[in-house]
Amino acid sequence: MKNMNPFWRGMLALLVFSLAGYGVGLGLDVLVDGKVNFSGPVPGVFALFFGFTAFFLGVFGYRGITRGLVWQVVGTLIGGLFVALIRLVMGLPAFGDFFFTEPSWVFGGLTGVLSFIVGVGVVDDWIKWARGLDTPEHHEEHYSDWRKYFGVSVDHKVIGVQYTVTALLLIAVGGLFALIFRTELAASKLQFLTDQTQLFGQNGPQLFNTLMSLHGMIMIVSILLGISGIINYVVPLLLGAQDMAFPRLNAFSYWIAVPAAVLLLSSLFLGGFDTGWTGYPPLSARAPVGMQMFFLGVFVAGWSSVLSALNVLVTVVRMRSVGMTAMKMPIFVWASVATSLIALTATQFIGLSFQLVMFQRLFGMGFFDAAKGGNPILFQHLFWFYSHPAVYVFVLPGLGVISELLPVFVRKPLFGYRWVAMSSLGIALVGFLVWAHHMFTSGMNEYLRVPFMYSTLLVAVPTGVKFFSWVATIWKGRISTPTPMLFALGAIVVFLLGGLTGPPNATVSTDLHLHDTYFIVGHFHDTIFGGFVFPFFAALYYWFPKATGRRMNETLGKIHFWLMTPSFLFLTLGMMYVGLIGMRRRIVDYDPALLIDGWHLALTVSAFLIAISVLVFFYNFFYSIKNGEKAEGNLWHSRSPEWQVPSPMPVHNYDRPFEVVGEPYDYGLNDAGYVKFIESAGGKHG
Amino acid sequence: MGHFGIVGILVILMTVLTYFGLDAAGLAKQMHPVAASAQAASIDQLWHWEMMVISFLFSLIVVPMVYSLAVFRQKKGELKDGEHIEGNTQLEITWTVIPLFTVIAFAYFGAYSLGEVRRVDPDAFVVNVQARQFSWTFEYPEYGVVSTELHLPVGRQVVLKMESADVIHSFWVPEFRVKQDVVPGRVTEYRITPTKEGSYKVRCAELCGVSHAYMENKVIVDSQAQYEAWVAEQVKLAAEAQTPEGQGKLLATKNACVGCHSADGTAMTGPTWFNLYGSQVSLADGSTVTADEAFLTESIRDPNASIVATFASPSVMPPYPQLTDEEIANIIAYIKTLK
Repeated sequence: MKNMNPFWRGMLALLVFSLAGYGVGLGLDVLVDGKVNFSGPVPGVFALFFGFTAFFLGVFGYRGITRGLVWQVVGTLIGGLFVALIRLVMGLPAFGDFFFTEPSWVFGGLTGVLSFIVGVGVVDDWIKWARGLDTPEHHEEHYSDWRKYFGVSVDHKVIGVQYTVTALLLIAVGGLFALIFRTELAASKLQFLTDQTQLFGQNGPQLFNTLMSLHGMIMIVSILLGISGIINYVVPLLLGAQDMAFPRLNAFSYWIAVPAAVLLLSSLFLGGFDTGWTGYPPLSARAPVGMQMFFLGVFVAGWSSVLSALNVLVTVVRMRSVGMTAMKMPIFVWASVATSLIALTATQFIGLSFQLVMFQRLFGMGFFDAAKGGNPILFQHLFWFYSHPAVYVFVLPGLGVISELLPVFVRKPLFGYRWVAMSSLGIALVGFLVWAHHMFTSGMNEYLRVPFMYSTLLVAVPTGVKFFSWVATIWKGRISTPTPMLFALGAIVVFLLGGLTGPPNATVSTDLHLHDTYFIVGHFHDTIFGGFVFPFFAALYYWFPKATGRRMNETLGKIHFWLMTPSFLFLTLGMMYVGLIGMRRRIVDYDPALLIDGWHLALTVSAFLIAISVLVFFYNFFYSIKNGEKAEGNLWHSRSPEWQVPSPMPVHNYDRPFEVVGEPYDYGLNDAGYVKFIESAGGKHG
Repeated sequence: MGHFGIVGILVILMTVLTYFGLDAAGLAKQMHPVAASAQAASIDQLWHWEMMVISFLFSLIVVPMVYSLAVFRQKKGELKDGEHIEGNTQLEITWTVIPLFTVIAFAYFGAYSLGEVRRVDPDAFVVNVQARQFSWTFEYPEYGVVSTELHLPVGRQVVLKMESADVIHSFWVPEFRVKQDVVPGRVTEYRITPTKEGSYKVRCAELCGVSHAYMENKVIVDSQAQYEAWVAEQVKLAAEAQTPEGQGKLLATKNACVGCHSADGTAMTGPTWFNLYGSQVSLADGSTVTADEAFLTESIRDPNASIVATFASPSVMPPYPQLTDEEIANIIAYIKTLK
């Protein structure tokens, strides 16, 4: 065992312990229920927790993430049993359909998260400070190889990679869920998710609803982690900072997202939920226990978002290099500021709205229960007050990546830098004023519809400025198209389609037809792929050499692009078409009389083609870490500071500070650099 | 001709091509599917303008991008810088101000179009709509008629006063183009003037639970004469329904029992009522019971008390505490007639 490759050791542990966990769950289920149920939810939960934890135990030993997960399991059980005990004393049933009762699961979920945080060791330094002890500024890592990513580190580059890889894993999980329900939709009638299907205590249609809802929220969390990954890795480098302003808070922001992801996934095993990611009551007030795990998971993931936004803002304000005035910051920094402003101020509202439903379920508080004088539509206002600006949280960093990469690959300054920078803030501001356009058919006061139509259409103005500025940047450039540039260009086209299909949803009367149909599904997948997924891939191909000293394979990168882009365009345009015909959102089955079976089959095929292209990317990504072509210099001939030093980036970033002496994107002027390193007595290389 | 001239011509060409491409797919001048209401006309008109502008904007961005990629490409192995152009304030102001006025214009047209859609006809008649998991019922207060099919006369405006018994639903007939949520605790209004005779479906557009996909009822737009004949027949049926069986049938429709339980043996979300009374029913737990008064009453009061084999567990059927003992007896009397 000792000499085994740690990865395979982890896989072996995963297999053995999942089976053991399944057995334990089965045993507990029999104890409580008195009958054997192989497809029941309890064995699933235990197999998930045990297997997941054991994998990290095999890879990493009992420290870092392994200890966090073990503590989370134990903490959940202790919290759950505590509530069960109280219920027993009060004469209430102590155990329920899913082993614990709902209050037990909620309280246990919360104590599990707190236990994880203590167990993983991310609050160790704060505890020591509270006890009056000193801690070193930099901690020695237990491992110096790839396994360092499994433990707590306060290095923004390590945290950036942790965020990014976690985001990629969640994209894989969310994508897998999409493939499952997309396959069911390939033909009308129910094929494999039928009424007779039983898995995790859910029948086929219920499982469809759970997977569809989790697809939405897991992708959203993965996007939030993905943008944090890029921002964490890149922003301090662009600023010339050694780290983020609050390195320990930064580590905390990442690690709190891990138990949140576990909670989200656990909802699949606890009866699931059938509300979609929006969780509208009264339906969400009636859904199984899984609903609560979903609410709690999102609530905790929100902390990650809020705290990391705070960190980014302070870092940008306080830690820029000498001479880097606001209008000389790299444009991606502006995008990060705009997105962080939204995340810092709006995330509370989704947490609040979900918390209110949790309390409605737990304590019978009738916030959204019409029978108790509550108002179901109030929830939608609270929910969308975050969840609309949230889409700008997702896309602004992506648009920043496009603006950052274009000048490098067209060898020309970014056209209208100030306008592009201010348009990010403009989008962030207007984004706060448009939430009720999700509610044009909701039954809210009718007079609200027209003002929200005006404000929504206003978003087109700053977004238009970005498009026109990009085209003007490309115009008369000397364009080359390696993989990162291909993805940046693909992002522009896909985001354009997302943008142009927006106004028909914004004008109320056309939206009365389009709302809650596949037209919307196609529209927002275009905005999210164009605004996040394509730029995310562009950023990964572009900054991969900076992190590893090697580049990803160009041929595989181009296969990835040329397979994914046409498949994706077909998928979303096809979705819009069937939506117009009468295909509603979030349905497990559709009327064969609509005559869209053929379309759906083609859409499913294109979804699988996208999945294959992403698999090519995954292979390329993990293969190139060790075996990619060496790329230690300024591979893309960029003017940006991080490319003026060798790759991979040294542990403490720049060994000499730099000052800003020019404009960031002055390509075409040979004499002027953007930054100049300040020579000091101990300076090594020039 | 300079680069600008060529691109200008290409943009116009591409705009025309995109527009006619959309038109060829039947998407430029109207939305899908076929329009069947007066309200659809002004909605489709707005859509048409939007498609024209979208064709233009799509071309305006994509054409210069693709042109640049083709013409200003870096040759292999070359690493030259492009022209040093930092920006142009007048241009930026232009492409801020023109879109600003365009979107304001569209918001104005949108508001105007919404006004047309919501235009009130004083002669409109009322149908009360009851939505529940997972079906619709329609009550015609003028005639005392209750139906699971919505019949409407062509050319006359109807106001649907909609209520939900449980969660949020949404009333959508794609051919009518208009959608309105149905929210517990309030009455929402849906106003439509059918213009085209035919058989359509109302499809619930707001996720409402496990059988949401099947929450579809027939909507039939009749000629005035057909409509009057249908109403007369329904009134006659209602008059006949003074017997317990008749009352039971009415209750089964009104409470949407028939949305899930067929009267003729057709497989639906719930067990059929055909030949149900007195039969031996296999339950999910392996036991068998006789479908007598006691069993049927219990199943209506508490659908989870016993689950029939092969049906969803836990039951998707809501309990019906609002039904009186007499009403349940009437429903069972109706079930007895289904042989």
